[in-house]
Amino acid sequence: METYKAKMFEIALRVLAQGRVDAVLGFQRGTVPMTVQPILIREPEEADRLHWDSYCSINLANYLPKRREKLAVVAKGCDSRNIVLQILENQIRREQLYIIGVPCQGMADRKQVLSQLGGRRLLGVRETSTHLHLAGEGFVETLERSRYLQENCAICTHRNPVLFDELVAQPKPEQGDVDRYEDIRAIEGMNDHERWLHFQQLLDPCVRCYACRNACPMCYCPTCFVDDSNPQWLGKSIDRTDTSTFHILRAYHLTGRCTDCGSCEQACPMGIKVRQLTKKLEKDVKRLYGQEVGLTLEERPTLDIYRPDDPQEFFK
Amino acid sequence: MTKRVITKAELPNILVRLMDHYRVYAPVLQNDMINFQLLAGDTQADFSLPNTRLSPKTLMLPQSERMFEFTLDKAGGQGRILQEIEKDYSPRAIFGIRPCDAKAFQLLDLNFDTDSYRDAWWVRRRQITTLVGFGCSEPCDTCFCSSVGSGPFSPDGLDVIFTDVGENYLVDTLTDKGERLVALVSAEGEAEENVVATARELKKAAVKSISSVVPTESLDKHSVSALFEAAFWDGVQFACINCGVCTFVCPTCWCFDIQDEVSKDNGVRVRNWDACMFSLFTLHGSGHNPRSQKLSRVRQRFMHKLKYFVDKYNSGAACVGCGRCVQQCPVNIDIREVFKLMNDFKV
Repeated sequence: METYKAKMFEIALRVLAQGRVDAVLGFQRGTVPMTVQPILIREPEEADRLHWDSYCSINLANYLPKRREKLAVVAKGCDSRNIVLQILENQIRREQLYIIGVPCQGMADRKQVLSQLGGRRLLGVRETSTHLHLAGEGFVETLERSRYLQENCAICTHRNPVLFDELVAQPKPEQGDVDRYEDIRAIEGMNDHERWLHFQQLLDPCVRCYACRNACPMCYCPTCFVDDSNPQWLGKSIDRTDTSTFHILRAYHLTGRCTDCGSCEQACPMGIKVRQLTKKLEKDVKRLYGQEVGLTLEERPTLDIYRPDDPQEFFK
Repeated sequence: MTKRVITKAELPNILVRLMDHYRVYAPVLQNDMINFQLLAGDTQADFSLPNTRLSPKTLMLPQSERMFEFTLDKAGGQGRILQEIEKDYSPRAIFGIRPCDAKAFQLLDLNFDTDSYRDAWWVRRRQITTLVGFGCSEPCDTCFCSSVGSGPFSPDGLDVIFTDVGENYLVDTLTDKGERLVALVSAEGEAEENVVATARELKKAAVKSISSVVPTESLDKHSVSALFEAAFWDGVQFACINCGVCTFVCPTCWCFDIQDEVSKDNGVRVRNWDACMFSLFTLHGSGHNPRSQKLSRVRQRFMHKLKYFVDKYNSGAACVGCGRCVQQCPVNIDIREVFKLMNDFKV
């Protein structure tokens, strides 16, 4: 991690000093252990605030749409795929960006680590490439990093940036042998009634704070459908119908666009596994159209292209 | 008021006995998080964590309050007349509330229960509720209650306070309401001096263990417009994604929106939590939005809590230092840092 940070710093300093970019979008260390904050660095003197560790999970592509200046942006595999999509969807131009690619080893799940502590006060964390070290009053604990990854990171098959100007390290070997859809198959195996109950239970804790939507780099609509007031499509209460409609429709808007970066789940204050909705759609897109989204600038998102061999009969 | 001792082993039975007299709300573990829930049947209370994920604000100001119902059908002579929806005002107890959250209710009284305006539902719910607090022997590293007029054992707003003294709880009753509740489950009898002394030491240690401190002394001295125009807001707001996490987990954020939900001829008027983080919050009917930019929304949240409220009520900041927003913000916007920026602001 330290070598990543040093290289990131070196690149940031260089591109700022050369006037190659107006600012660098990256992370700074958070005020609480295992937190980070996205930061925009404009001056070379501030470049040493750039930070990197296992908790840089929030997707920085979320900060790009509609920006006008030239930006260097720190991008993991997933962030880079979202950048590809945003370029294809005209939210940002390739020429504006200097992509500092980060070969990712998966992000650690802060909530899982915290639950391991069982309320004990954490004073500091350290990490190596294989372990997370936690220190608190009267205890030191070492956790195996690979067992505390975010769920989406544990099953990620695109950890290396797919689009970049420079990498902070050599690409990592990609995980080949992962089963991305174990949970989705379990839901597919349910009958209608069971599935409905499952989704109700899944979404019941939702407080409609929209953190999932607002953390999502693909949710950039100028006015989200839940915020439309004329007509108002949805009630504002925590009525099940309205809450479920929000989540289900949001997922559909992400069909063929979601890269499973996991920002939605990381942002959710109630621990809702909203990816169960988007992953099903990802699986279907892969099955029906053979597409994994955001891997190349040469291929548009599935649902905004037409091909004569479209599997849907009504298209022909 | 009295000081008694209750053994920890008795607590589950005590809760069951209280349920004969009160609707008892207590922290309950569900979906991997602890939140206040109505105890019923064999639901187990869980007092293991200092703070519930959501504050108990929802028990006084429900996230979605069905206020009135109405019909559009004029046939029965009741067309378009609001009928208040009946609410349960039987006695209830919030058991295991932390001092910060009780303090938050007092701060919200300043808004909902005033000489010129009384929110009937808020006032009524406050009246029927007995607050049984648990002192915090082990505050979190994000707790800063003692900087903002509360503290890990602050009695403010509580009717009873429990102190964990090993095998037992020392139970301090603080009000008549509290005395009535405790009398139902515990015989008279003063706690022995050594227990009281142990509790006193624990309290001192708890106060000392709070490592997080925010400055507040200059908040009321700055000019509103100078703070409003301060350059630091640009840095504060950059990372914000304008979600509602901070406001929804906050025990003192009280803003709401009122909507009529109508289906065919029948409607309900609902009051829902709202959040100044949302752009819709200030969107005018004309389409104009005075807070169309993220910066103005972020600034509003902190100016309201740490400046406008301070100036208007002269009761400190609208923050009780529970640390929930610090823990839950997905992008680590830390209100303690904003306290420093605002308090130490120089023109």
